[in-house]
Amino acid sequence: MAKMNILQAVNNALHIAMEDNEKVMVFGEDVGHFGGVFRATSNLQEKFGRDRVFNTPLVEQGIIGFANGLASQGSVPVAEIQFGDYIFPAFDQIVNETAKFRYRSGGQFSVGSLTIRTPYGGGIAGGHYHSQSPEAFFAHCPGIKIVIPRNPYQAKGLLLASIRDDNPVLFMEPKRLYRASVGEVPEEDYQLPLGKAEVVKEGSDITLLAWGAQMEIIEKAAEMAEKDGVSSEIIDLRSIQPWDADTICQSVEKTGRLLINHEAPLTGGFAAEVAATVQERCFLNLESPIARVCGLDTPYPLAHEKEYMPDHLKTYEAIMRTMHF
Amino acid sequence: MKTRNHLSHVGIAHEVNIISNGLIDIPMLQILSQDGVVHKEAVEPELDQETALKMYTTMQFTRVLDERMVAAQRQGRISFYLASTGEEGATVASAAALEPQDMIMSQYREQGSLAYRGYSTEQFMNQMFSNEKEPNKGRQMPIHYGAKELNFMTISSPLGTQIPQAAGYAYGQKMAGEPAVTICYFGEGAASEGDFHAGVNMAAVLNCPVIFFCRNNGYAISTPAEEQFAGDGIASRGIGYGVKTIRVDGNDVLGVYAATQKAREIALAENCPVLIEAMTYRLAAHSTSDDPTGYRSKEEEAKWQERDPIARMAKWLVSKGWLDEDANKKEVEQMRQEVLQELKRVEQVPICKIDELVTDVYAEVPPILQKQLSELKAHIKKYPEAYPKTAGRID
Repeated sequence: MAKMNILQAVNNALHIAMEDNEKVMVFGEDVGHFGGVFRATSNLQEKFGRDRVFNTPLVEQGIIGFANGLASQGSVPVAEIQFGDYIFPAFDQIVNETAKFRYRSGGQFSVGSLTIRTPYGGGIAGGHYHSQSPEAFFAHCPGIKIVIPRNPYQAKGLLLASIRDDNPVLFMEPKRLYRASVGEVPEEDYQLPLGKAEVVKEGSDITLLAWGAQMEIIEKAAEMAEKDGVSSEIIDLRSIQPWDADTICQSVEKTGRLLINHEAPLTGGFAAEVAATVQERCFLNLESPIARVCGLDTPYPLAHEKEYMPDHLKTYEAIMRTMHF
Repeated sequence: MKTRNHLSHVGIAHEVNIISNGLIDIPMLQILSQDGVVHKEAVEPELDQETALKMYTTMQFTRVLDERMVAAQRQGRISFYLASTGEEGATVASAAALEPQDMIMSQYREQGSLAYRGYSTEQFMNQMFSNEKEPNKGRQMPIHYGAKELNFMTISSPLGTQIPQAAGYAYGQKMAGEPAVTICYFGEGAASEGDFHAGVNMAAVLNCPVIFFCRNNGYAISTPAEEQFAGDGIASRGIGYGVKTIRVDGNDVLGVYAATQKAREIALAENCPVLIEAMTYRLAAHSTSDDPTGYRSKEEEAKWQERDPIARMAKWLVSKGWLDEDANKKEVEQMRQEVLQELKRVEQVPICKIDELVTDVYAEVPPILQKQLSELKAHIKKYPEAYPKTAGRID
C-alpha cells in the first residue's frame, strides 16, 4: 500500500497498463514529455518512448478519430481530452463512430480497446469551460461505457478495468479531487468491476446516490442528517453506463426513499434516468417523491459557483424534506 | 532531439508581399490521353496483361452492378443506392496499385475498390438487401459495405470521419511492424469537414503511412466545387500540411495506378502520408434520392461522358492487342445475367432474427437490453401480422 492522490493513482494505473501490454498507447494534448497539464501522464514518455506516449496537435475530433482508427487496428489507445468541456468537438467521433463501430459492422470491426480519459467537474473556479459534467450527453448513447471514480483507490482499479474492457470507455476524472483526495492504494495490479455500484455505507431511512466528486457532498449531508436521527444508505454509482439499477432498486426497496445528487444541470441530467427507472421498479416501496439535487439549468457560472453547486446544505435540506413528506 | 523549430523554414522579406492563390502550379498527371494513347513524354507504368484486364473487367462489373441496382431501387426492391458511374477508373486503378494487406477506408462511392479486392456479386447483394447473410446483420443502409477478410473497413455515413481514423489505423500498422499502408478515400465535399484538417495534419505530424485519396468529382450532391472551396482544389492543402501531394487525372487508369503505386512506396518507406487528388466527374446522380437535372446541364454531362474511363482504357487495351472487343461484349452480357440472377435469388433470403437487434452494441448484451429484447419478443408474438419479417422465427 502507498499513499496516493487521484493523479498519482491514474499515473500508476497507466504505468501498469503500459508495462502489461505493449499495445497500450497514451496520447493527447501536452501528455508527452510535459506529462499533462495535471501531470497525470508524468514520466510515461521517458519510460515507454515517444512512439507510445505522444503529444497530438490541438484537435479533439482528431484525437478521438485517430484513437478510433488505432483501436480498430488492434492497438489499445488511452486518449486524453484535456477538459471534459472540450470533448464536444469529438462528440461526432464518439457518438457516431466509437459507439457504433461494432454494431454497424456486425462485430467485424470494433474499437472496444479504446479508453478516453477526461477531467470533469466544477469547484475550481473554472467558469463555463473548465467545470462541466457532460456524462448525461453520453449516457444517451448506446455502445460506450461511462465510468467515474471517487477516490484514488477507485481511480486506479476502475481505470485498469476500463483500459482492459472490450468496450470503449469514457473515463471521467473529478479534477477538484485530483490532489485533494488522498488514500491508500495497493501498488500491485488490481481491477474494480465496471457496471457495478458500491454501497459505501448502509442505512435504513433513505438512499443517497451520487458519483465522482459529489460523493463527499452526500456523505457530509448524511452526517448532518444523522444528527437528526436519519439513517442514510450511501451509494456510489461508479458506472453511468451501463448502470447498476439492481443495487439502487434493492436499496430503495429497503429504505423507501431516494435522493440523487449530481453537479450537472437538472434537466436531462442522469438523475432523471435513475429516478424514472426506480419509480417504475419500486413504485410500491416509495414513501416520498424521488429528490434530485443538481446544478441549476444554467451554464456553469464563475462568481456564483458556490451558489450553483448542489452542496451538502442543499442536499441536507432535501433529505429532511423527503423524510418529512 | 530534432533541432527544427517554428522559424526553421522562414525566410526574411523586406517588402509587403501578400501571397496569392495560384502561385504554386499543381499540374494533373495524365499518362493515357483521352484517345487512349500513352502520351509521348509519359512513362507507361509496368502493368501485365492479367492485371490490366482484371482492372478493366472490374470497372465494367462495377458499372453493370450500378445500372442494375439503380433500377432495382426504382422498382422498390432495395431502399437506397449510390452509383459510381464515371469514377470507376479512380477507385479500381488505385485499389490495383495496393497490396492485399493494405487497409481500405472508404467513403461510399468506392465499390470499384471492393470489387477489385474480390467482393462477390452475392456479397454485394446480401448487403444491399440487408439480409441475414450480410456481415453488418442488416443494420446499415445499402452500400455501407465492410469486409474484414478483405481489409475493407465498414463504411459509415458521417462524412470525413474515416480520415483521422485512417491516420490512426496506419500508425497502428507502423507500430506493429506490418509492411502495409492504409488508403483513405473521400470526396472533395467531405474534405471541407473538420475531420479532413484533423486527420491530414495528424498523419503528417505523427508520421503515419497513409494515402489520402480524394475523388474530386466536381459536386457534393448539388453543390459545385466552386461553392465548396476557393483555393486550388484539395491538392494545394496537402502542401500546407507538409504532406507529399500529387494531382492526377482520375479518368486515366494508368495515371491513377502510377500515382498510387508511387504514393504507397513513399508512405511505406518514409512513414509519411501522401495525398492524391484525382480529378474526375460524378456522371451518376448523387444517389437514388437525388435528381441532378435540377442543378447541372445535360451538355456538361455529355462532355464528361466522352471522357469515360472505361472507354479510354478499352482503346489502350485494344492497341496492346490485349482485348477482344466481341468476346468482351459477351462477357459483359454474362455479367448482366449473373447480377440479375443473384438479385432474384438474394432478395428471397430472410433478414436476421430479432435477437440480432441487441447484439454487438456492447461486447456482451447488458441486462437492460436483454430485458428490452424479451419484452419486444412478447409484443411481436402478440401481434405477429404487424411484424411479418421476424414474427415466425422467435425462439
